[in-house]
Amino acid sequence: GSLMMISARAFGDNAQMKEHHYTGPVEHKFSPYAFNGGTVLAVAGEDFALVASDTRLSEGYGIHSRDSPKCYKLTDTTVIGCSGFHGDCLTLTKIIEARLKMYKHSNNKNMTSGAIAAMLSTILYGKRFFPYYVYNIIGGLDEEGRGAVYSFDPVGSYQRDTYKAGGSASAMLQPLLDNQIGFKNMENVEQVPLTLEKAVQLVKDVFISAAERDVYTGDALKICIITKEGVREEIMPLRKD
Amino acid sequence: MLNTSTKTLTGGFSFENTRRNAVLEANLSEKGYSAPNARKTGTTIAGLIFKDGVILGADTRATDDMVVADKNCMKIHYIAPKIYCCGAGVAADAEVTTQMMSSNVELHSLSTGRPPLVAMVTRQLKQMLFRYQGHIGSSLIVGGVDINGPQLYSIYPHGSYDKLPFLTMGTVTFSLPPFFEQTQSEQNLEEAKQLVRDAITAGIFCDLGSGSNVDLCVITEKTVDYLRAYDQPVQKGLREGTYRYKPGTTAVLTKTVTPLTLDVVDESVQVMDTE
Repeated sequence: GSLMMISARAFGDNAQMKEHHYTGPVEHKFSPYAFNGGTVLAVAGEDFALVASDTRLSEGYGIHSRDSPKCYKLTDTTVIGCSGFHGDCLTLTKIIEARLKMYKHSNNKNMTSGAIAAMLSTILYGKRFFPYYVYNIIGGLDEEGRGAVYSFDPVGSYQRDTYKAGGSASAMLQPLLDNQIGFKNMENVEQVPLTLEKAVQLVKDVFISAAERDVYTGDALKICIITKEGVREEIMPLRKD
Repeated sequence: MLNTSTKTLTGGFSFENTRRNAVLEANLSEKGYSAPNARKTGTTIAGLIFKDGVILGADTRATDDMVVADKNCMKIHYIAPKIYCCGAGVAADAEVTTQMMSSNVELHSLSTGRPPLVAMVTRQLKQMLFRYQGHIGSSLIVGGVDINGPQLYSIYPHGSYDKLPFLTMGTVTFSLPPFFEQTQSEQNLEEAKQLVRDAITAGIFCDLGSGSNVDLCVITEKTVDYLRAYDQPVQKGLREGTYRYKPGTTAVLTKTVTPLTLDVVDESVQVMDTE
């Protein structure tokens, strides 16, 4: 006997067969957003902060650029990492830079990391009903010179962290950081404070692992190291496939 | 008298869950979840006819949505001693379709008493895929050598096919044909292998759904060379730190010891030959 083929689309919401037997008119809607991939990561130490990102810009199954870093330097003590929709990342960073200038001119001093974080939260919530599709992580030094990390959601909810991963491979990286930096789920382990060298090595290793399994992460890794001397950059190649 | 309530198996797919799945999918999407997707191979595959035979090439990445599920899977499948098939699309479909075809081809060839023809494999594949109206999501490149010489066919999920001296399929089909325009069917083996390798490598680097290694399969009248990992164009990163845990790192929450009382029933000694 022959098999009757019933497509799942032939059924309506209440699982009754629809009257027609063709797919029918399909409504296409213009989407103002796109997903351009990329992973960002920030770690705060005793007297340093790191903000790292991969440099691949993709869309769908294709690559737009292999050299598009997602870390943007804001001041000598603060770097922001932005991933998600590249159009909104560019616009948001332009707006932040303009607001930093305005603050400098009105108050005759640079914005502190904490102030930038609070301001970003209000900027993001200002577009609560048509959000910036950006996952932000700010890394920098606070007023006492200690490392600070602030992580955001697309509509402005934020908190201060010791370490945070955002972007496409965040779900792969965050648990590893919880274990290696936060010493979670481990017993009888000496909880040594994180040094700059160990933190840089850890960041490189986690990105190597992320590039193995996340198709959106790869090409190269850029790490911005923030200390009282200023902001220094390190670049390392990653898998290009 | 036996109760005849048991349904006779009609073979092939069972669609009994279709109604239930439609309801589930509608309910899930209300809550913002989506049904799990079948794993696809994302993929770059190619085939090329050269002077002495046919070369098939493929990458080795299998993806689950946009996460790499298998870094080194085999996409060139055996169908008959001189006929192999590259599969793109849904991984399970490509695997099962080629296995079924391999079994049918052997039976058919025993029945005819002749080695199988590539055209016959293509005909059976496309008839089956058409029968399933595209629900079997496999795109295939069939290549081999038979009594009529080297041949190459591509078959699409809905059942159409093309016969060409060069073929490319997969998620990045548009970037590969330019490579193959430069082929002539009088190329020698090394040039042809290099060309297929270049085409698959282009897919590995430019397509997010393809990656890892290049597998080649060279089929001539006399031999079949299955070159697994013919080329490994990607440098894997080397981790600097060690991530091993000392015994005692994992917390033991509770411990229960149940002694098993055993009686010795039989004891025997077997001498090992240690010389």
